[in-house]
Amino acid sequence: MPEILELVFRWGHFLAGIIWIGILYYFNLIQIPFLKAITPETKAEAFKFLVPRALLWFRYSALATWLFGMALLGPRVPTAFTLQGPDAVIGMGAWLGTIMLFNVWFIIWPNQQKVLGLVVATPEEKTRSARLAFLASRTNAALSIPMLFFMASSGHAPAGLF
Amino acid sequence: MKNPLDSIEGTIASGFILTVILFWVVKGLV
Repeated sequence: MPEILELVFRWGHFLAGIIWIGILYYFNLIQIPFLKAITPETKAEAFKFLVPRALLWFRYSALATWLFGMALLGPRVPTAFTLQGPDAVIGMGAWLGTIMLFNVWFIIWPNQQKVLGLVVATPEEKTRSARLAFLASRTNAALSIPMLFFMASSGHAPAGLF
Repeated sequence: MKNPLDSIEGTIASGFILTVILFWVVKGLV
């Protein structure tokens, strides 16, 4: 891969990744406690004007991060995802990132759509969906810790660490 | 038992524990 192209992919991966993980930490550290503390009227406003916008940037930045990551790996995709030799380090990061992307699009987003009323759901379904989305979001926050460790370790770990 | 993911502290601790476990897994593969 030409070096300039690799740099552009890495740049895009970092930029989209900062948006994604930044919003993930915003959800877990700021928005969830905020939504628990406010009045039902304020919550309705937040569900209408704040949360959908945050989720829009969240899920598309997640997708962009993953696509730039795959482009960056290029021919190393098979050895990374099968955790072979030195590619096991970036491969573990890629697996964690892929699981997180899956959580965003197939657990958090469909359940949030029910919570926000974008998809019709009974009150019981909404309660269940809120819990599922919360746990998936917290799972991603926990997974981001090893994910960032392995991403940063790829090419930057001290010699002999792995 | 309380779900550790219900608190921020539990979430961070879970992430660090997972990092240590996966570090040794990957170290064995490299």
